[in-house]
Amino acid sequence: MKSFVFPEFHIIRDEAKCGQCRGCERQCAFGTHTYDPVQDRLISDDYKCAGCQRCVIFCPKDAIEVRPTQSPYRQNASWSREKMEDLKKQAETGGVILTGCGNDKPFRIYWDHIVLNASQVTNPSIDPLREPMELRTFLGAKPDFMDIKSEGDSVQIETKLSPNLTVETPILFSAMSYGAISYNAFRSLATAACKSGTFFNTGEGGLPMEMREQFGKCAIVQVASGRFGIDAEYLNCAAAVEIKVGQGAKPGIGGHLPGEKVSAEVAATRMIPTGTDAISPAPHHDIYSIEDLSMLIYALKEATNYEKPISVKIAAVHNFAAIASGIVRAGADIIAIDGLRGGTGAAPKVIRDNVGIPIELAISSLDGRLRKEGIRNRCSIIAAGGIRCSADVIKAIALGADAVYIGSAALIAMGCNLCQKCYTGKCNWGICTQDPRLSGRLNVDIASLRLSNLICAWSHEISEMLGGMGINALESLRGNRDHLRGVGLYEWELEVLGIKGAGE
Amino acid sequence: MARAHLADPHMKKTAKGEERIETAEIDATNMETKELNDRLRDLMLSGVQKIALRNVCGQRYIGTRLYNQERRKVEIEIFGTPGNDLAAFLFGHKIIVHGNAQDGVGNTMDDGEVVIEGRAGDVLGFSMRGGKIFVRESVGYRTALHMKEYEDKRPVLVIGGTSQDFLGEYMAGGIVILLGLGGKSHKGNFLGTGMHGGVIYLRGRVDKSQVGSQVEISSLDGADREIVDHYVSEFIERFPELGLNKEEILKDEFMRLSPRSKRPYGKLYAY
Repeated sequence: MKSFVFPEFHIIRDEAKCGQCRGCERQCAFGTHTYDPVQDRLISDDYKCAGCQRCVIFCPKDAIEVRPTQSPYRQNASWSREKMEDLKKQAETGGVILTGCGNDKPFRIYWDHIVLNASQVTNPSIDPLREPMELRTFLGAKPDFMDIKSEGDSVQIETKLSPNLTVETPILFSAMSYGAISYNAFRSLATAACKSGTFFNTGEGGLPMEMREQFGKCAIVQVASGRFGIDAEYLNCAAAVEIKVGQGAKPGIGGHLPGEKVSAEVAATRMIPTGTDAISPAPHHDIYSIEDLSMLIYALKEATNYEKPISVKIAAVHNFAAIASGIVRAGADIIAIDGLRGGTGAAPKVIRDNVGIPIELAISSLDGRLRKEGIRNRCSIIAAGGIRCSADVIKAIALGADAVYIGSAALIAMGCNLCQKCYTGKCNWGICTQDPRLSGRLNVDIASLRLSNLICAWSHEISEMLGGMGINALESLRGNRDHLRGVGLYEWELEVLGIKGAGE
Repeated sequence: MARAHLADPHMKKTAKGEERIETAEIDATNMETKELNDRLRDLMLSGVQKIALRNVCGQRYIGTRLYNQERRKVEIEIFGTPGNDLAAFLFGHKIIVHGNAQDGVGNTMDDGEVVIEGRAGDVLGFSMRGGKIFVRESVGYRTALHMKEYEDKRPVLVIGGTSQDFLGEYMAGGIVILLGLGGKSHKGNFLGTGMHGGVIYLRGRVDKSQVGSQVEISSLDGADREIVDHYVSEFIERFPELGLNKEEILKDEFMRLSPRSKRPYGKLYAY
């Protein structure tokens, strides 16, 4: 059937610069560039281009430019180009439109409507380059009361404390499974997490055997509805265990890792046969209630001898705060909430773009709810989904989060350009693929250095902003919404965020 | 209250020389789940190999906290009714229940063996990835859900009676055998919905309307018969009190439920 869909990108090749080295042909797994020996020139097929910019960056002569094409259709506010072309693709295939990465629709990004405070004259600001600045964060349940015994100079805590994770900076790598991302990308995240004093999340694809000893201590291992690669050793080698209930990119639905991505190594890690679809059902079929969730939380606490905090990850949806309150009461030590803009390796586009609520609103309603119920100390909150810079991190913490997960930001640090073709398994950057020819392009030393540089840079910036507010410990900013003001927001939005308007 | 104690060490002569099997007993009357599992773990770590639990009544997660890096294995005998999630994440140990079991037996079990001399509740063998479970009588809903396998690590579930709805939903591997003993007919619906691996053998009949659209019903071939023969023998060995005759069981009609495709949802998407 002839496709009526127009190309999204236009490739412009400067023939004067092109040396016919065929590098672009090798770089593109989508087969965009081909060499024509008769004309001795490279021919590019706009229709195949994903817009990942790999060939542009790796062309030794800087001869290629890839530009998004303009809409060929008559302007129509209702029938946008995207709506028309998605419809055409469905008319041509009868299938569900898949996509990758996070929601790209222009929902209001509240981060960009919130401004931070700074000290002037009174309560002087602090220079983090000269004075100590505490970013260290403890994730897990805190006791209601603390009994202390002091004798002379020694002070001892009498209360039995719950296990907590210690992060040197409040930024953790979000769940991305080996299977969805390549081994090298997975290992880069692990390496950088260990180096930066933070944690990476294995996602639901297990933790390869050979990585357990070295990287287990900085791993949060996930238990999702597919229960892939889970054994007592996997649970016990890790720093914490996370039950994945939902994901911001696709709340309410499960996941399918297509058989093409289930290589022999992925199969061994997930403990399923090579080449089969790895299907994660929409719900955990042993969890149909808060009581059932509690049962799994305690099963995991039992399986790890009560030595590790148990996290529960849910997508931010309507009324999630009430559910989260149940999750805390069910025994979770950490709640991870994933907002509307959270990423994915593959999700139906209609779900990614239409389900869930923005993380900014979610953080503040969750924090507010748990405080109101007097149980905020019983769990930590990790916020995820749409954290793009250090300012987003610090605003998330002031709204009430304890720490954040970053996913897309980490991938971008490694080379991702958000072309949203993750689900094809043909990632030219070697990140979201199991093709050894492609994944070999991602060098673990370089990618992990880029990641740890990012963490280092953001941590410096967070210290600067904290110092500017006259605060020397992140702890003092948590849920401290007095340091935030809204600009250009409606009253109901200010109310949900729990912040005043600028100038108030 | 200290209820756990080491019983008299039981001496046993073997061909290689003298080998000592440490046994112990716990009276679980009024004991909380955590306390019982604390004691079980302590006994395992102290080198006890056989532990009898008496007066068990609803305590959960028995066997779950027995992971150890030295890969020690214990055998647990349970008198009474263990609570939910018995043998969850079980790490190669053996558990015998002299009675019925509740929901979630063998949840994400890795290896080992569970024998239940009675019935079991819902979600038996959920996401089980290795080891064996034998249930003398029938089981509840959602049995063998998303059970999986990898190479020679193949979980096995043998059920003397029958099961309720959603047996083998999302099943991705492993072997389930329903013997329908005592003339029990298979009335469960939605069997094998979303099944994409593994195999279910049923003694007796099921109608096409009872199975998921992804499931193919066929008769047993030689290789299937060998598998069924083998596990029926193991079942009979574990429940001698039933006085079963293997030939009698095997001469009846069996049906095989298996997935039509390893990729039931492969054609759902537009690329």
